[in-house]
Amino acid sequence: MTDEPLLRVRGLTKHFPVRQGLRATGLVRAVDGLDFDVRPGETLGLVGESGCGKTTTGRMLVRLLEPTAGTIEFAGRDITHAGRRELRPLRQDLQIIFQDPYASLNPRHTVGRIVAMPLQVNGIKPPGGVKARVQELLELVGLNPEHYNRYPHEFSGGQRQRIGIARALALRPKLIVADEPVSALDVSIQAQVVNLLRDLQRDLGLAFVFIAHDLAVVRHFCQRVAVMYLGRIVEIGDRADIYERPQHPYTRALLSAIPDVTRLGPAGRIRLSGDVPTPLDPPSGCRFRTRCWKARDICATEEPALVPRDGGDQATACHFPEVAGATEAIVEEVSR
Amino acid sequence: MDSSDPAPSGGPDDRPTVPEQRTGQDAYLRVSDLRVRFDTEDGVVRAVDGVSFAVERGRTLGIVGESGSGKSVTSLAILGLHDAKRATITGEISVGGRQLVGLHDEEVRRLRGRDMAMIFQDPLSALHPYYTVGRQIAEAYRVHHPKAGRREARQRAVDMLDRVGIPQPARRFDQYPHEFSGGMRQRVMIAMALVNDPALLIADEPTTALDVTVQAQILDLLADLQAEFHSAIILITHDLGVVGQVADEVLVMYGGRAVEHGSVEQVLRSPQHPYTWGLLSSVPSLHGDADADLLPIRGNPPSLINLPPGCAFHPRCRYADRPGDRSRNEVPELRPAGADGHLVACHLTAEERTTFYAEDVASVGVAR
Repeated sequence: MTDEPLLRVRGLTKHFPVRQGLRATGLVRAVDGLDFDVRPGETLGLVGESGCGKTTTGRMLVRLLEPTAGTIEFAGRDITHAGRRELRPLRQDLQIIFQDPYASLNPRHTVGRIVAMPLQVNGIKPPGGVKARVQELLELVGLNPEHYNRYPHEFSGGQRQRIGIARALALRPKLIVADEPVSALDVSIQAQVVNLLRDLQRDLGLAFVFIAHDLAVVRHFCQRVAVMYLGRIVEIGDRADIYERPQHPYTRALLSAIPDVTRLGPAGRIRLSGDVPTPLDPPSGCRFRTRCWKARDICATEEPALVPRDGGDQATACHFPEVAGATEAIVEEVSR
Repeated sequence: MDSSDPAPSGGPDDRPTVPEQRTGQDAYLRVSDLRVRFDTEDGVVRAVDGVSFAVERGRTLGIVGESGSGKSVTSLAILGLHDAKRATITGEISVGGRQLVGLHDEEVRRLRGRDMAMIFQDPLSALHPYYTVGRQIAEAYRVHHPKAGRREARQRAVDMLDRVGIPQPARRFDQYPHEFSGGMRQRVMIAMALVNDPALLIADEPTTALDVTVQAQILDLLADLQAEFHSAIILITHDLGVVGQVADEVLVMYGGRAVEHGSVEQVLRSPQHPYTWGLLSSVPSLHGDADADLLPIRGNPPSLINLPPGCAFHPRCRYADRPGDRSRNEVPELRPAGADGHLVACHLTAEERTTFYAEDVASVGVAR
């Protein structure tokens, strides 16, 4: 039964109407038909640049946003349009960690109260009492349990993010959606929190949907990775597939653009021209074609399906995937 | 003068590639023993405490540090942007041979924008939302070229927008900041900063708010412009990867002081300070063992009001717990460390540093 996905997402779509006055004048196609699964205990990274729809996806998964179309199944139950009451038992299994450790904690509540809130709201009385459970949670995330009565402002950014993590763990969830959990933190603190999340994931067998723009962080945390561009998944696969054998031109370009301390100087970078187009009016066919060096006529007329190549687990939505070849060769091809 | 032979040492053109003590006399910008102090209700904040560096034209200095390290305060001091009522600035800042510390506000204003300019992290808040981008760039030009007419300033602004890679510059001239994407807005900021051909450009986290593919474009653009205008650039960032791509020299700051200073190869390839080691081994990499744990630096960056005594890094340093260690009582001086011009402020001996680096840092998959 372990192969049964914990989370099953099919055709997930979110369109935001754009209004001018009372009239709807357009649609922002923030997320446009996503399919993916997350198995129990698995970590899926959702990566992409701003506007690709990764945060909107995360918010739909925990039902903070109502999907326009598609289905979300969690532990075999369709929760796509579940109401508050139906969601309540599921909330225990499905939690979220936010990006901003300053905005996501109530400054007027003590840490003890913040972490105890999920227990209280769900009417859970842990054996040994709420306080003991909260202190256990604080200890689990590396905070001093004696700081139970302190307020958020007395903690640093990294410690606040730990408080957010403790709160998410309070109900012993099966899946955590983490939306850019470390990107607001200083680098030395980032590593502390990434290590903590890894330990928790391993020790508690948690499944994660880890939303991030930093592909290097995702590489250290996720077993599988989905790369998004303008509301679509363009490539999905195991970590090794995505980082060592990327097939989609966008994945290639994204990876080559990351400044890596192991390389000095600007060599080996695929220069993408232009900006991401507006999701108000995405390009026809393949959405990446306006910035792609391989684009041909078919890319404008036919949208490539996200299909696995060579019978493997790695799927790429591209008419002309990169099956082999070093990045250096592509850099030369692009700059020509 | 004999042009076929290089001038003997001591000649006017004989610039060492790595300046002695890194405060070269012929550099365009020279900062020595800069101190910036703020008197607050909670106490004195020593945001910058004795920092020295120099940047020649055509070279890029990367200043690296976490929040509260003093890197942004340093750059604002160079530009004379601190409020004299709140900040006490001592030391020397020399830009193109002129001494800036103690100069009258009005005189600094004349240099700012013409001889030195700044690119900020967030172009949306640095640009005025109410005026078209073209008008803002043209105004920056006319402030320093009072004789220039409206038409000339407009032409200059359009040329700059074109130069920084904005398509249809004449049409975009009349648009407002909100009509530009993040990357395009940062290009507008760069156009505005460069409109008067400043010899010194300070870029404070210029790409932090941008996506990586756009960041790559902006870094390329800065490099191209530097080659063209031969400007001295200070790049302030927390991202060692960005520094590795564009900087010639690196200054690592911690708690308002320089802890390591050297060429980019020296600092990133053979780092000498435990804090630099910590930064390098806590950054996840695209190479190396993905399953290896990152090696974070313990604890948190210090508060500048209540800086730890001695070496400010000692509460977070793995090597400060050894018996006989001096780092709690004594502030380490910035001293030469091995290779030519490489400076480090640490009590560890050269042998200890070599051993600890080999044992604790180089062995970890993520660091080199």
